[in-house]
Amino acid sequence: MQLLEFQAKELFREYGINLLDSISSTNIEDGRKHAKELGYPFVIKIQVPVGGRGKAGGIQKCQNDDEFELKYPQVMDLTIKGEKARAILLEKMADIKKELYLSLFLNRSKRCYTIIASAEGGVEIESVKSQIIKEVGLGEVSDELAKEVAKEMELEGITADQFVDTLKKLSKLTIEKEAELVEINPLAIMQDDSIMALDGKFVTDDNSNFRHDELQKYQEKTEIEERAEKSGFSLVELDGDIAVVGNGAGLVMSTLDMLSDNGGKPACFLDVGGGATTESVYEALTLISKLDRVKGILVNLYGGIVKTTVVAEAFLKAYENNLIDLPVFSRLKGTESERATEMLQGSRTKIFTTVEEAINAAVMGVKN
Amino acid sequence: MTGIFELLKGNPGDSDYENKGVIVQGITGSYGSLHAKQMIKYGTNVVAGVTPGKGGQKFEDKVPVYNTMQEAVDATNAKISIIFVPAKFFLSAAKDALNAGIKLLVAIPEHVPIRDTMETIDLANQKGAIVIGPNTPGIMIPELIKIGIMPPMPFKAGKIAVLSKSGTLLYEISDALTNSGFGQSITIGIGGDPVNGTRMIDAFEMVKDIPDLEGLVVVGEIGGDSEEILAQRIIDSKFNKPTVAYIAGRAAPKEKRMGHAGAIVMGTYGSAESKISMFNKANIPVAKRPAEVPVLLAGKMEKSD
Repeated sequence: MQLLEFQAKELFREYGINLLDSISSTNIEDGRKHAKELGYPFVIKIQVPVGGRGKAGGIQKCQNDDEFELKYPQVMDLTIKGEKARAILLEKMADIKKELYLSLFLNRSKRCYTIIASAEGGVEIESVKSQIIKEVGLGEVSDELAKEVAKEMELEGITADQFVDTLKKLSKLTIEKEAELVEINPLAIMQDDSIMALDGKFVTDDNSNFRHDELQKYQEKTEIEERAEKSGFSLVELDGDIAVVGNGAGLVMSTLDMLSDNGGKPACFLDVGGGATTESVYEALTLISKLDRVKGILVNLYGGIVKTTVVAEAFLKAYENNLIDLPVFSRLKGTESERATEMLQGSRTKIFTTVEEAINAAVMGVKN
Repeated sequence: MTGIFELLKGNPGDSDYENKGVIVQGITGSYGSLHAKQMIKYGTNVVAGVTPGKGGQKFEDKVPVYNTMQEAVDATNAKISIIFVPAKFFLSAAKDALNAGIKLLVAIPEHVPIRDTMETIDLANQKGAIVIGPNTPGIMIPELIKIGIMPPMPFKAGKIAVLSKSGTLLYEISDALTNSGFGQSITIGIGGDPVNGTRMIDAFEMVKDIPDLEGLVVVGEIGGDSEEILAQRIIDSKFNKPTVAYIAGRAAPKEKRMGHAGAIVMGTYGSAESKISMFNKANIPVAKRPAEVPVLLAGKMEKSD
């Protein structure tokens, strides 16, 4: 999962990384109290799990009560890249000399943690040419390596010392929490030459959740996502009108691509997992029936060891129980597909031999 | 490190030539037992199973079950194992196998923490062992040996190597290849996790010198940069066998994990565009649909004739 800025900063604080004073809230009443505690001037920052907040107007300076009353609701109402505000962070205004960039990420191809640092911060790192990249291995960043990075960044005196300290703390945090990415952008040099983390991004390895109860309070899931997880499904909600269901992440992604190529708009990505059963497909249909925007369901299953008749049974049961009243366009490949087709004859599930045919029918079907 | 074909097939004259023994870790669990049976049915020589606490039993009245990998390896001398334990217990099962002398470890579980995978790879490197996975459908030489969970129907013996991150797309695309007359010399499941025991380039190194190899199919997906690195390696090594790629996830939104732990685009890192443009640079056509893969491969073969 990707943590929000204020959540990442809670972890930074716990690990002793320098931060400005800040308080998060989810309504203006609490916000007013925090404004008094914090004192003007401060910055209002929208909390969304995506980047590009500044450009979208999600970060606003605030000098007095009037500005606060105007801007807090404005920022709260923003939607950035489809994401609504989860909270608002009020943070003291900073007197910055220079902005740096610092991150630690899991380098997949080198299979180790890797530092990226740059003397140019505050912008997207992809656009920065002067990147310092250091492979770390599986352990923490050593004092020596941290000093080397500080030197290459041409930092001196107290700034260099604090940078080394920050990098080492960040590394400890990354390893202890099993993060895939921890980023501070910008990491600021203040007027007094000290170092402060002005932003925070933190992506965890969800597969290590069972070892990190302390991070579960940050987990935010819709009811549907929670039920999907319980059934061992992967579900990503999208904003179209055709629900896409299949077995295996690759196959469902591929179906999503082909549907989009043909002008269809996916309403969700739903992977029931490698082995589909009557129960799992029935539960998948149940979850889809709860998504209002869905006008049709596209099913692409490569049965393999699973018999397609087992899947057909789930559809029949779903119609019998009035669970779904939507057209289903389906391609069931694998054993017993002829019998499955027979079973579904006369129902609202149309079976196609190729996925291309099923997709075309689905795109046409939801138009009518 | 022993070559993959030597491990899977052996050499003519070996007493176990084309009949290499495989140990199934987690053989008494529901998933492990289902697939152990399927593997045996396919002709894989399953010589032992391991489930702590279940030692002394016989699986399907034939295959002896041991408590530890050391006992199983001592009794059978097998060099290959396949793991079917829950993700939480993966690391200890993998260590047990590698410390007992296993040289090819096929890691089926999904949801293994990255740190556990990295520790496993670290130990495998020290021991000179190959890890396939985790979150892989497995590895197979069609019609000879299957170490994995793939259904048998899509595959046929032949001369095309298939490398795939995804399981079901491996079946789908192998099926399309088989139907077009392209059998497979080997198929390797890389796995859908961010960190893989055998990366795309490692798998490429395993297959690129197969003497009668006629073509290579790469099935990638969004996330990471293993496809880009492979494309660069293909350019650098002047590999000239007909090669075709497929990349899933073009329509996926950024910063969302699409089912596989590894399938996530962060910024431009891991995007389909980046992978497709690198394959184009390597003169490798990228199919838009799985069904297009054999068509593009046939086209490439005509050109190279």
